[in-house]
Amino acid sequence: MNSIAGAAGAGCLMALGVGLYARQASALPSQALRPPGARGEAQFLSACIRCGLCVRDCPYNTLKLATLGSSVATGTPYFEARAIPCEMCDDIPCVKACPTGALDRELSDISKARMGLAVLTDHETCLNFLGLRCDVCYRVCPVIDKAITLEIVHNPRSDRHAMLLPTVHSDYCTGCGKCEKSCVLPVAAIKVYPIKLAKGKLPEHYRKGWEEKAKAGGSLIGDQIKLPVRGLEETAP
Amino acid sequence: MSAIPSGKSSPERPGLEAIAVKGWLRANKWLFLRRLSQLGILALFLLGPWAGIWIVKGNLSSSLTLKTLPLTDPYVLLQSLAAGHFPYRTALIGAAIVAAFYFLVGGRVYCSWVCPVNLISDAAAWARRRLGLKSGHAPDANTRYWLLAGTLIAAGATGSLAWEWVNPVSILHRGLFFGFGLGGFVLLGVFLYDLLLAPRGWCGHVCPMGAFYSLLGRFALLRVSAARRNDCNDCMDCFRVCPEPQVIRPALKQVGQQSPIIDTGNCTLCGRCADVCSKNVFQITHRFNQRSES
Repeated sequence: MNSIAGAAGAGCLMALGVGLYARQASALPSQALRPPGARGEAQFLSACIRCGLCVRDCPYNTLKLATLGSSVATGTPYFEARAIPCEMCDDIPCVKACPTGALDRELSDISKARMGLAVLTDHETCLNFLGLRCDVCYRVCPVIDKAITLEIVHNPRSDRHAMLLPTVHSDYCTGCGKCEKSCVLPVAAIKVYPIKLAKGKLPEHYRKGWEEKAKAGGSLIGDQIKLPVRGLEETAP
Repeated sequence: MSAIPSGKSSPERPGLEAIAVKGWLRANKWLFLRRLSQLGILALFLLGPWAGIWIVKGNLSSSLTLKTLPLTDPYVLLQSLAAGHFPYRTALIGAAIVAAFYFLVGGRVYCSWVCPVNLISDAAAWARRRLGLKSGHAPDANTRYWLLAGTLIAAGATGSLAWEWVNPVSILHRGLFFGFGLGGFVLLGVFLYDLLLAPRGWCGHVCPMGAFYSLLGRFALLRVSAARRNDCNDCMDCFRVCPEPQVIRPALKQVGQQSPIIDTGNCTLCGRCADVCSKNVFQITHRFNQRSES
């Protein structure tokens, strides 16, 4: 009886320890990205059996398996954009290789992948923000002019030049990491983060007037009285 | 008949008598075959990453052989199910093939013929014998079943494959092809645990994977039989080398059973008892072979 209780105690204690460890370590660090098609992190951790078949079928050695001691769940696949980004293969071999569905086979069009989201984190060092024409992140983007656009803005410092600011659009960015990889700075000014970290969220009740207007095909509050502009007669066109 | 007096052997070097009687090769037959199987399987997996010959991809958790045959570890998949994920058919088929194989052949054949951690625990047991270490005390043999249940509950509670964070079997096998990280310390821990704290402690008393395969192989066909038990000269060599020594007595000494078959899922079918027995008491046979010669 004593030994059974001991065995039960030891067994449960070990399992509990492991469970706590797994729980604590289940937050994905900010520079580790999951392969294309990966389910949400919580579901991914229940589905991935750590076999590395996705790693094997990645033709660019982008993916690797986390080892014990790194902050990514032991044995699960991830990549770091600054080291080797995802090349966005058309046939998505990593997803096909996954035997359990941790990588979702519903993903058949790689441009629909959302491995993360690029964010131009550092406006103080980005060369385009300094008024130069680096543009490298924009040029290497596989979804150029959609995922990253150059927005022309007046340069208030010189007051006579333009700044062409690389601007990421979450509707199109796959999180492949080519921009982060190619950033010419010693430390990248544009980085790819897991979407959970990168995205904000509007409150549910927010409506954008211009979108509502387009949806309704016209102003929702009818025609407004045209008020005369006063006091700006000098500058008015 | 034998030049060596029967019933005498050295606890540090069991099997000497068998070598004298049967010759070195026959006294190490099963051990040799077992190492061949363990290292051969490792070699198959290593051929890909080391030589670019891709016969098998993946690792013991799940693999793909010759681009067609999926094999998945049923215990690992069970954790995934417990964590709340229902896998794709590929993994289910792979797990079914593996489970059916071990159900028929013998669950813990996995432990002694396939699992790479067996090399570590065998090394620890060997060192323990040679150094004459008597220290330590293995935990109750049922610890593993509690831990098995515990790992599945932990998987359910955390929604992740909790045990796979630290599972030495996965860490060793995956580490060889994908890198160890700190996992090497877990393996060193298993070695030191077996060497200093608990004789045959990890594989025989703690490992939940071993527990799973014990249960899976409860009714398997292959069994060790103490067929010539009447020839036993009580040299104790089989007890000294057996990773699960408690399984021998009922069959060998007819304690609580008449049959010479070692009929338990805990026997790993390593065949080492057959190797070291100078009297050829043991043989690997099927479970219905109830003959006991004398």
